[in-house]
Amino acid sequence: MNEFLTLMKSELLVTAIIFLLLFIKISKGLKNESLLPLVQVLLLVNFVLGFFFNSEGSLFGDMFTTSSLIAFQKSILNLAVYLISLLCAGWLKKTQHLAEFFLLMLSALLGMFLMISSDNLLIFYLSLELATIPVAAMANFDLDKKRSSEGAMKMILSSAFSSGILLFGISLLYGATGTVSFNELPGLLDGSPLQILAFIFLFTAFAFKLSIVPFHLWTADVYEGSPIAVTAFLSVVSKGAVAFIFMSTLYKVFQPMLDTWYILLVILAVATMLTGNLFALRQQNIKRFLAFSSIAQVGFILAGISSNDKIGTSAVVYFVLIYVFSNLAAFGVAAVISGQTGKENIDDYKGLYKTNPFLGWILALALFSLAGVPPTAGFFGKLFLLTAAGSTAAYWFITVAALNMIISLYYYLRVVRAVFMDKNEQPIEKIEISPSVKMALIICGAGIVLLGLLSWVFEHIESLQ
Amino acid sequence: MNLLLLIGAPLLTAVAVLLSRNRQQVRWISLAGSVVQLGLAAALLLAFRQETAAGNTGQVFFEMNYPLFSSLGINFHFGVDGISVAMILLTSFVVIAGVLVSWNIEKMTKEFYFLLLLLALGAYGFFISLDLFILFFFLEISVIPKYLLIGIWGSGKKEYSANKLALMLMGGSALILVGMLGLYFTGEHSFDLLALSKTAIPADTQHLLFPFLFVGFGVFTALFPLHTWVPDGHSSAPTAGSMFLAGISMKLGGYGCLRVATYLLPEGAKQYADIIIILSAIAILYGAFATMMQKDLKYINAYSSVSHVGFSLLGIGMLTQTAITGALMQMVSHGLMTALFFAVIGMIYDRTHTRMVNEMGGLMKPLPFISTIFFIVGLCSLGLPGLSGFVAEMTVFMGSWQNDDVFHRVATIAAAMSIVVTAVYILRAIGQTAMGPVKKESFLQLKDAGWNERLAAIILVAGILAIGIAPGWLNDLLRPAAEEIMNRIAGK
Repeated sequence: MNEFLTLMKSELLVTAIIFLLLFIKISKGLKNESLLPLVQVLLLVNFVLGFFFNSEGSLFGDMFTTSSLIAFQKSILNLAVYLISLLCAGWLKKTQHLAEFFLLMLSALLGMFLMISSDNLLIFYLSLELATIPVAAMANFDLDKKRSSEGAMKMILSSAFSSGILLFGISLLYGATGTVSFNELPGLLDGSPLQILAFIFLFTAFAFKLSIVPFHLWTADVYEGSPIAVTAFLSVVSKGAVAFIFMSTLYKVFQPMLDTWYILLVILAVATMLTGNLFALRQQNIKRFLAFSSIAQVGFILAGISSNDKIGTSAVVYFVLIYVFSNLAAFGVAAVISGQTGKENIDDYKGLYKTNPFLGWILALALFSLAGVPPTAGFFGKLFLLTAAGSTAAYWFITVAALNMIISLYYYLRVVRAVFMDKNEQPIEKIEISPSVKMALIICGAGIVLLGLLSWVFEHIESLQ
Repeated sequence: MNLLLLIGAPLLTAVAVLLSRNRQQVRWISLAGSVVQLGLAAALLLAFRQETAAGNTGQVFFEMNYPLFSSLGINFHFGVDGISVAMILLTSFVVIAGVLVSWNIEKMTKEFYFLLLLLALGAYGFFISLDLFILFFFLEISVIPKYLLIGIWGSGKKEYSANKLALMLMGGSALILVGMLGLYFTGEHSFDLLALSKTAIPADTQHLLFPFLFVGFGVFTALFPLHTWVPDGHSSAPTAGSMFLAGISMKLGGYGCLRVATYLLPEGAKQYADIIIILSAIAILYGAFATMMQKDLKYINAYSSVSHVGFSLLGIGMLTQTAITGALMQMVSHGLMTALFFAVIGMIYDRTHTRMVNEMGGLMKPLPFISTIFFIVGLCSLGLPGLSGFVAEMTVFMGSWQNDDVFHRVATIAAAMSIVVTAVYILRAIGQTAMGPVKKESFLQLKDAGWNERLAAIILVAGILAIGIAPGWLNDLLRPAAEEIMNRIAGK
């Protein structure tokens, strides 16, 4: 019993919050003004508790497993959810169904936790569904906007499609090996054509979730249509969780098929970087822009994964942590501006620095971090990913990746230029930022600056393995 | 001496600038900070001379090593040799002059000085780093400040220039990154410069990696044909920005070409030396002739920078000890000279509101001080004995001449001919602006340099004279380090 409590601590905590919210909802309900701070405090407590009482082991006959690294990954996701609840306060306060929104978001988070911890293809499939369906409902949360419904529709259809492919892959794999357990699979994999086919189907499902090219087409529309809080959740939490399980599946389960997936990974990484970057060049809407930029970032994550080494794991986890801060800072600024003025175009950001220097600096820091320019943490994150990718001595691959960093710098600079240099007759007027949002933005900014220079964060991640 | 002070001083100054209340405070804090930096650089020089006088023949001095990402073999490994000391001294001169000439900036003063100091921080950190990763980190730090300085405070087609500069420099960085990772995995997973210099790197690998590193750093120092960001970037930047760009940032590239590419990959350097010579000879001549066609003072200096920096690369390509010493001298000399040149152009532009040579004339009458400085810097640029330019270029030619085959001789002669062209454009520019009848009535009302501008100019002129009249001390600094590099090339 005690073991059950400590091993499933993260899941139980999130479940407890979900039930608490349900009780509040069905009793008499709270006004948004008091419910939101309550949820924020609960999420903070949840995040802090994530660092205590951790242990390693598995449950339910090796269905569920956890380790210090997995606990750390869950903490990253917890942190991201907490920051989203702070950053998007402006929009959250205005929604009619705040309690439901958090119910959905936390259910999805619970699904992701189970997914990261899954040690069996069945539980993996179930938790993946739990992590996806609530998000589709969340995407539809701007009830009066057509685009929001359109995005939700696209998301649910493509998710259903990828789930189908995943199930097909799982059943083929089961047919070929006779097991669905992550621990038994590696011994039974020999790279026969049927297994490769099954693997490709599984890979495709991951590719859908991570929006790896050519399975990225849903991303931009869903990101653009959804409310910013949901876009942020999708691009940071959802991506991060899938990246973690994707990596551990490849390393742990499909190790015998290394040759197959290495080639696949490298080719798709290059395609994903290039496509994300080239499409981001001409975007006008900041959310679409960030959507394509996040596709490009996934390409770099794939590059890190391709190392098939301890350093790959550390680099990816570290990068996702930095990515949480950088991307959420960018989304946070976009959320503040959109919440106040409804403006979401890059052209509207012209002259932002004159009226809102604080937002201007945070946005610039975030974009520089995404571009991988020092002294921001993004520089270290990207470089470690490339170092990991270089450990296989694939010089042309690092060269292509490094050249991609130049393309990405071009479009990130476009936004910086709009904010700092371009003149605008009617710039966005001075925005009053509430203290909690300001705090969250400062946390993000501090994270972007400090995470790189404080090397113990990386060393800590390294020591968890 | 503790080298961290060199990073700490600009960092603290930058933070203090951010916290300051008004423009007055910002300016004085920056000035105080840059005086401290100058003092530190001077103290470093003295300490270094003491060490060498005491017979310390180590490869690097004042070494310090703190683990950073130790699992990846990345450390805060700092240390200086003669080259670094000279470069740090140059940086501190340019920084203080840059702070002084920007005294009257009114637009977003705080941000302006903050970015300038960040740029200085990057340069100091770069010159003292002995770990390639940290070196790269400091090199890249300066990209954001450069971009913003040009884009916000610049003039002309500033957005275009800022973008071009940022992207080209980032491209150079990308190449450096690949070369750096190549070294990392060839060696024993270490970014340490000293450790790498002791590992035997196979010749094939050297041939493969050398172009990445040399061209990558070459972009920073206007290696032909990747120099195109220089004219646009320099002419669009604000005065202090141009001074920092040409005076410091371009030297980062030269230092990297020599200290990283050539030093770590001597076989690669031998393989590609002829190409380097050809490219730099083209840059020298092309830069000189292109300058002849320019009418904008800033473009004149920008193109002449391409030509002058070519001498550094030529010296490196010649692979003799004297030529390499000359290349290093040229870096220091050009840094001081070009910073002063841009400072003078800025002073003239602030007053006449034009940079076109043909719109000016007779400025000697209303602006005697500024015009005199303009003369001095012009003469330095065309290599008048007694000023730093002569010493540096002469050393490069001497070193080049030591290679006695036809190819090297031809290249040397071609490069030397550029001096004639330089004389033409420099004398013409000075003649048209300072001499002759006063072109406009309004010019007579102009006020000569203020205290800050005088001080800035005097500091830089002092540097130029110190090298020009008594080059011995600089030679003493640079020669042992150049010898060390030559030993590597000769395979000792």
